Amino acid sequence: MPDVDINHVAHLARIELTDAEKVKFSAQLKDMLAYVDQLSRVDVTGVEPTAHAIPLTNVLRKDEIRPSIATERILKNAPESARDLFIVPKIVE
Amino acid sequence: MDFEAVIGLEVHVQLKTRTKIFCGCATDFGAEPNTRVCPVCLGYPGVLPVMNEEAIRKTILAGLMIGCDITRHSKWDRKNYFYPDMPKNYQISQYDLPLCLGGKVGAVGVTRIHLEEDVAKSFHFATNSGVDFNRAGTPLMEIVSEPDMRTPEDAFNYLTALKEILVTGGVSDCDMEKGQLRCDCNVSVRPVGQVTFGEKIEIKNMNSISGVKRALEYEIPRQINALKRGEKLQQETRRWDDDDGKTFLMRTKEYAHDYRYFPEPDLMPVVVDDTMLAEIRRQLPELPEARRHRFVAQYGLPDYDAGVLVANGALANFFEQAAGKNPKAAANWIMTVSEITTTPIQPEHITELVAAIDAGQISGKQGKDVFAEMLAAGKPPALIIKEKGLAQVSDTGAIEAFAEQAIAANPKSVADFRAGNKAALNALVGQVMKLSKGKANPQLVSSVLAKKLQGS
Repeated sequence: MPDVDINHVAHLARIELTDAEKVKFSAQLKDMLAYVDQLSRVDVTGVEPTAHAIPLTNVLRKDEIRPSIATERILKNAPESARDLFIVPKIVE
Repeated sequence: MDFEAVIGLEVHVQLKTRTKIFCGCATDFGAEPNTRVCPVCLGYPGVLPVMNEEAIRKTILAGLMIGCDITRHSKWDRKNYFYPDMPKNYQISQYDLPLCLGGKVGAVGVTRIHLEEDVAKSFHFATNSGVDFNRAGTPLMEIVSEPDMRTPEDAFNYLTALKEILVTGGVSDCDMEKGQLRCDCNVSVRPVGQVTFGEKIEIKNMNSISGVKRALEYEIPRQINALKRGEKLQQETRRWDDDDGKTFLMRTKEYAHDYRYFPEPDLMPVVVDDTMLAEIRRQLPELPEARRHRFVAQYGLPDYDAGVLVANGALANFFEQAAGKNPKAAANWIMTVSEITTTPIQPEHITELVAAIDAGQISGKQGKDVFAEMLAAGKPPALIIKEKGLAQVSDTGAIEAFAEQAIAANPKSVADFRAGNKAALNALVGQVMKLSKGKANPQLVSSVLAKKLQGS
């Protein structure tokens, strides 16, 4: 049975969980992993690995400029904007 | 105990395409903030990225120039992390099937080249930060080297050679002022003779080739001194501050990212077939090293001149158009102005200038004045020579008249010359030059005078 480090997963998703939620979601995630884990029991001898189920390759576009969207319209979706920039909490690293 | 450094580099290079990697937004530099954006590069839900064919071709071209194996079946993956400059909360990159594998730049091995998308540009203010997404989605090549370098100079030479190759191939302009070439560096130190590597320390935020050299010149002694003091180094990420000239700790191993790569479901794999590979191979330019050898062999240039010219592809092209009958002289003029290709001077003007000097039409000294005027006004040398009345008088009749005047006026110099003092001729040449207002061809003057004095 796959194990779930609920604190690590919560941190990766940048969400805070209560202790009760941690118990609840741990169980749910374990169920999901167990469900998907059925795949590891399938005999894939002789099957080529693939990242896609559809045999489609080289979906490419020409390097041709298409109009962008007006800055005012784009910034309407920003919770906060100034100087035509999307304003975000101060980035420190 | 003596220590040595082990250095590997990860270089990010913006590809020279007109549009972004997954959408038709333009990639031109310097546009007003958030004017080159659309739902795709802003990471809106439900949009579909479509791969730019030119980005694939340019990456493969880079791989061919570096001698990589081209992956015939390549795919893209999501690299998951949160950062305000990454609108989707994942970067589309290549994890296990990069477009190019293996290769070499000089003596340094190249591990892989993969194609990914660039992130946005952030601006930091007192209480918050601002994000401009114009750069987000610009096609970016990541070129990962083997840990084959040992000194800051090795790293500098590798990056310089890599840049030369990419610019020559038209893959990228590698303009560091515009952030088109950026570098992360893995460096560790170990006692000389030890086979295993020391603790790997990553340095981020180096935006120029000379910055990488400076960062390593700081970081390598820092690590060696720490070991000599008996400290233990640990795997960590540091940030280079070019103004302070120091590296600072960013994060230790415990806080390393967990990227959870998985295949990008929205992009289909790319299969590079023989036809596509042959087409790209036909675009392969002459590589800088081969071009340097050819400049020496074909034009008889010294190694130094060939190196200077080839280091700047545009300069080398200019030279080839200007070489004419005296390539070395053309190279000398061209190398005096490294930005000559951005001046109004045309290559054929250099050819004409060299020819005018070689034919004795103007002196070398006058050539300098003509060259200065060519730089300023972009006029052909013949016109400048005419306008300035610089053409040397090579008309023997006129020179003979001046010579006779000079002989008549300077009996002492004449007597000295006839008495065997050859240097006395120079005084007479000087007189003739003066009479001709500097326009007489000095070689001709000298032979006319000598003939007259010896003949009579």
